[in-house]
Amino acid sequence: MAQVQKHLISVLMENEAGSLSRVVGLFSQRGYNIDTLNVAATEDPTLSRLTLTTITTADKIEQITKQLHKLIEVVKVQNLSEVSNGSQIERELMLIKVRATGAHREEVYRTADIFRAQIVDVSPNLYTILITGDAGKLDGFIEVIGRDKILEVVRSGVIGIARGERTLSL
Amino acid sequence: MSGAELLVQALVDEGVTHIFGYPGGAVLHIYDALFKQDKIEHVLVRHEQAAGHMADAYSRVTGRTGVVLATSGPGVTNTVTAIATAFMDSIPMVVLAGQVPSTLIGDDAFQECDMVGISRPVVKHSFVVRNPADIPTIIKKAFFIASTGRPGPVVVDIPKDMTNPADKFDYFMPESVCLRSYQPTSKGHSGQIKKAVDLLLSAKRPVLYSGGGVVQGDASDELRELANLLNLPVTNTLMGLGAYPATGEQFVGMLGMHGTYEANMTMHHADVILAVGARFDDRVTNNVKKFCPNATIIHIDIDPTSISKTITAHIPIVGDVKPVLTEMVAQIKATGKRLDEAALADWWKQINEWRKRHGLRYNDDTDAEIHAIMPQRVVETLYKLTDGKAIITSDVGQHQMFAALYYKYDEPRQWLNSGGLGTMGVGLPYAMAAKLACPEKTVVCITGEGSIQMNIQELSTCLQYNLPVKILNLNNAQLGMVKQWQDMLYEGRHAQSYMKSLPDFVKLAESYGHKGVKITNPATMEEELKAALEMDGLVFIDVYVDKSEHVYPMQVAGQSMRDMWLSKGERT
Repeated sequence: MAQVQKHLISVLMENEAGSLSRVVGLFSQRGYNIDTLNVAATEDPTLSRLTLTTITTADKIEQITKQLHKLIEVVKVQNLSEVSNGSQIERELMLIKVRATGAHREEVYRTADIFRAQIVDVSPNLYTILITGDAGKLDGFIEVIGRDKILEVVRSGVIGIARGERTLSL
Repeated sequence: MSGAELLVQALVDEGVTHIFGYPGGAVLHIYDALFKQDKIEHVLVRHEQAAGHMADAYSRVTGRTGVVLATSGPGVTNTVTAIATAFMDSIPMVVLAGQVPSTLIGDDAFQECDMVGISRPVVKHSFVVRNPADIPTIIKKAFFIASTGRPGPVVVDIPKDMTNPADKFDYFMPESVCLRSYQPTSKGHSGQIKKAVDLLLSAKRPVLYSGGGVVQGDASDELRELANLLNLPVTNTLMGLGAYPATGEQFVGMLGMHGTYEANMTMHHADVILAVGARFDDRVTNNVKKFCPNATIIHIDIDPTSISKTITAHIPIVGDVKPVLTEMVAQIKATGKRLDEAALADWWKQINEWRKRHGLRYNDDTDAEIHAIMPQRVVETLYKLTDGKAIITSDVGQHQMFAALYYKYDEPRQWLNSGGLGTMGVGLPYAMAAKLACPEKTVVCITGEGSIQMNIQELSTCLQYNLPVKILNLNNAQLGMVKQWQDMLYEGRHAQSYMKSLPDFVKLAESYGHKGVKITNPATMEEELKAALEMDGLVFIDVYVDKSEHVYPMQVAGQSMRDMWLSKGERT
């Protein structure tokens, strides 16, 4: 069995209606799974940058990047995990609504502080916390808070960039 | 000019001479603009699927991009099968899709349909016109994308208000287009080509495996030169038939599921495979885990995603086959080297041994008392009567494999068939487009009674445009290939493989104003077929063939290239 691992793929593409659906369509049509997906315009409004994570084998990821590159509106494709040997900078943003009453209220506050999270909304019974970091840190925060205390979670999915001089640009 | 006139002028400037289509509300401005000019001939079909197939075939025969025009909603959704067919076989095609006015898009308006969305998985790219003045530039881009790199279909969605005759614009057609996100590689990497040449020259048991890319890439001459220079055995895929002449001594036949015994054995035992414009389709490789265990593979393809998708290539070369083969030949000539002569002689001796097994033999007794007409003999007779010069189109099924195996194609673009998608119903529209493009050639559609009924309404179009094609119906009164699988894999349970209500095809052809001939006697088949082919106009030749006949050879599913049935009960 070939080894599977997480890959972080960055795609620079024309900022046009329909571009995103072609990328997403490619994945569903060819039976690849997208774990997280992010897209927004870059500093150049004609270009969008899309970041996605997928867990698959080395063979499949080569085929995926080739297929992505074949799409007419895709300008550049980079497997960040590959070019950075796994040391790419990754961040994800999470908003989490936690029950915070009695003694537990103070504990949630302290935990948020330890994780350098921000409390962005307060009500008598709960805190809404904003936290950024790599996916592992966010998972860790959920574990520490305790699933039974969590009312709602929204995560952005990962964005990433290569370390050092290397850039993905025209 | 109005948007409709901009569109027509842009098509003229792209060199379009024929459009295949069907009018409707959303495209009437365009039809009016077509009516007022005489540079482009519009061919009115009876079903838009046929328009798509005709545009596809027009491209297969001429090498130029085919054009379809259909109205919004059902008109253009009817072309989807044809678009998918062209996509799978990498055929350049532009589909002009009518759309409801932009003000109504998203309102579930009458005949509204998200054609760009529906066609997305089977197009190379698509455009939506948002400003009429952009139409010529979009057309330029559409043709550029359709015909370069790995060719394919492009959809241009045109809302009705973009073609409104009341709105006028200046005509601006760019000389060329450059897309920052699309720059297909043409020339192959010289270093890779050198590695490939070195490997090829060291081979003891080489084989040249060529596919549809050689036909599409107009590289048949280069392929022949390379094969002849090194005395390589050559096998073609279904899509590549004619790229290397079938009557050439080095030709070992088609390979794959219904390939010849010698072609599949040559592949299985090869030490170096040079794959050119072929994509290791599953109808070729059989079980990829058991595929050609001793072979080192050189793979030339314009599309990087085709390389190492199913079979790992040891030396990948991305580029147009024509310049790559040209450079390979030049490098080989420069080295002055040839293959090891003794090894190559042994290899050819082995191949000739395999040839002696006569995998294509069949029972060709012509005694009408004992036998029905054998379909293989009909195709062989057709080959003889047309001197091997006809353009042959075929549908999908047993007759397709008989047409592929028993007619010898010596020239590229002589054989038109849906290889990738396997679309029943292409045969007649393919023949019609071939006749339009090459009126001086004999065009024969080899079909079956299942396939022909999928677009039989086009007999009406043939009458309107006087398209004297010959339809050779190998009529076994059943879905032959389905029945063959049911015989071999489902213990003879013939679920829904019978066509119990066949029309009288002769009368049917006559009702459309054509001629029909029925042939039932093996003893007189040849002379009757000859007479039918010599008749003027469209002739529907309905040949009653042996109902029990299977197509052989056939690979044993899930095994290697060489595991085959050679006849009923006879395995390799």
